[in-house]
Amino acid sequence: MTQELNLTLQVWRQDGSSDPGHFETYAANGISEDMSFLEMLDIINEQLIEDEQVPIEFDHDCREGICGTCSLMINGQAHGHEKATTTCQLHMRKFKDGDTIVVEPFRARAFPVVRDLVVDRSSFDRIIEAGGYISINTGAASDANLTPVPKEAADTSFDAAACIGCGACVAACPNSAAQLFTSAKLAHLNLIPQGQSQRFERTETMVDTMETFFGSCTNHGECHEACPKEISLDFIAFMNRDYVKAKVKNRKLAGQT
Amino acid sequence: MAATATNPQGSTPIFRRKWQLPFPLNIYQSSIGRKWVMALTGIGLLGFVIVHMIGNFHIYEGPVQLHEYAETLRGLGGGLFPRTFLLWLLRIGLAGMFLLHIHSAYSLKERSRKASDKADFVSGEKKYGSKRDYVAANYASRTMRWTGPIVLLYLLFHLADLTWGWWLGDEYVLGDPYHNIVASLSSLPVAIIYVVANVALAIHIFHGTWSLFQSLGINNPKYNELRRSLAKGVAGIILVGNLSFPVLVTAGLVDDDNRKCEVGDVACLEHEAEKH
Ligand code: HEM
Ligand code: SF4
Ligand code: FES
Repeated sequence: MTQELNLTLQVWRQDGSSDPGHFETYAANGISEDMSFLEMLDIINEQLIEDEQVPIEFDHDCREGICGTCSLMINGQAHGHEKATTTCQLHMRKFKDGDTIVVEPFRARAFPVVRDLVVDRSSFDRIIEAGGYISINTGAASDANLTPVPKEAADTSFDAAACIGCGACVAACPNSAAQLFTSAKLAHLNLIPQGQSQRFERTETMVDTMETFFGSCTNHGECHEACPKEISLDFIAFMNRDYVKAKVKNRKLAGQT
Repeated sequence: MAATATNPQGSTPIFRRKWQLPFPLNIYQSSIGRKWVMALTGIGLLGFVIVHMIGNFHIYEGPVQLHEYAETLRGLGGGLFPRTFLLWLLRIGLAGMFLLHIHSAYSLKERSRKASDKADFVSGEKKYGSKRDYVAANYASRTMRWTGPIVLLYLLFHLADLTWGWWLGDEYVLGDPYHNIVASLSSLPVAIIYVVANVALAIHIFHGTWSLFQSLGINNPKYNELRRSLAKGVAGIILVGNLSFPVLVTAGLVDDDNRKCEVGDVACLEHEAEKH
């Protein structure tokens, strides 16, 4: 027997980036507890369309927790209160009948609101463009396992690569810092042999780009709690160490690593 | 990557660096470099706070020993340097660390405020419509920008009080720190200022001692747990040690009675110290 929930939603509505925006209250009645949070919003939107009103815009794509497109600040927590869960994977059974839920966009100056709950996260793309790749010529396809990678390094790099670029870390951060995202993208490549030759150059350019958009980390640790992929704060320390090393190395060896 | 609808506004940098300073000054131009400076000066200040506290424990040995300690500081370096030379070097270094620490803290705070939508001034924390539900940030980490300035104000008060003797007036005796401390802390409002400021200092140090490891990238999963315990230990020792002075003076356990040398008789203090 699935239970049905009757909820009150307070949703941020903003008609384009120049609109100041405001909260609108909606009744969400007869919501099945098996729905995801986004499916619940779909139901509200169907009602709004039936009533000839403008539906609520929100970001979504895979709806299986792997693309990083969904966002939302739900009751003051990025992707809601469930640990290690994206909004698309957040189920309504995690809420109680009669709850009031406040839904807002992710906030940061570098994430301007496009409309309602949709924010523009292309500042993340700028960081990736600055060095989140390996661009050296590696020749023809080599035999598998030609490059030995220690198991631990591969595992840790994989943990970092789990970042889906959703921006919850920035949204949760009181300083709007993007340290967790950037450090995950750096550690992903900087921990494995394939990434070594460009390691310090990459660290410098990605951090410098990050710093043109985002605030400064004060080590609160809110990002890690908000992260749907539980990216570790250890990567931030790794980045801080590599960044100053990069500044010193590039000077001493003129571009060599 | 999140494939969000693109709006050119989102790719416009908020901060631009006008020019690049030569190495190593360019490190201080970046936020991460500035955090390094904050952490390194924080370690220096932490060292000062601990040495200062341990030195002050001489008060529990009596006026002669505290006088002797003060003289030792002035004569640091033995016969190698002119008297008070090394002490002045330390003072200048300390002032420099304070300035760098405060400048990096203030400028980073301003950055975060500008990077945050709808941020309020002091905390730099952005506002959400719903009450923010902090999960990891603790009281200490969220109040660094309050406890820091409180420590600064207290520092100025403390210098005016016991180094320059501004409001002790005739009561202030150069060369008899024991008497000056007792005279100052016997006033209840002053004792309360010392208690409040040192609680703020301990809270600042509790977050700072943990935070500096992250800032400097000193991170090893084997020892990471110890960083919190260390922060608790360091903050706790500094709290108890520094609070002991105003508390014991207020309780009347440290006072000017039964002194071997009269209050203000610096020659006697010097003579007694010679005997050691
Ligand atoms: C003896 C006194 C002081 C000690 C021992 C001390 C120690 C520290 C330490 C260890 C940190 C952590 C550094 C890091 O995160 O890497 C820190 C951070 C900080 N300090 Fe201090 N500090 C002192 C005085 C001050 C003063 C006078 C101010 C301001 C007027 C101040 C403002 C701050 C702020 C705002 C932060 C955090 C900023 C951030 O993380 O971005 N501190 N302090
Ligand atoms: S670090 Fe976590 S919260 Fe930040 S963008 Fe990556 S997945 Fe999202
Ligand atoms: S929609 Fe892809 S992660 Fe939520």
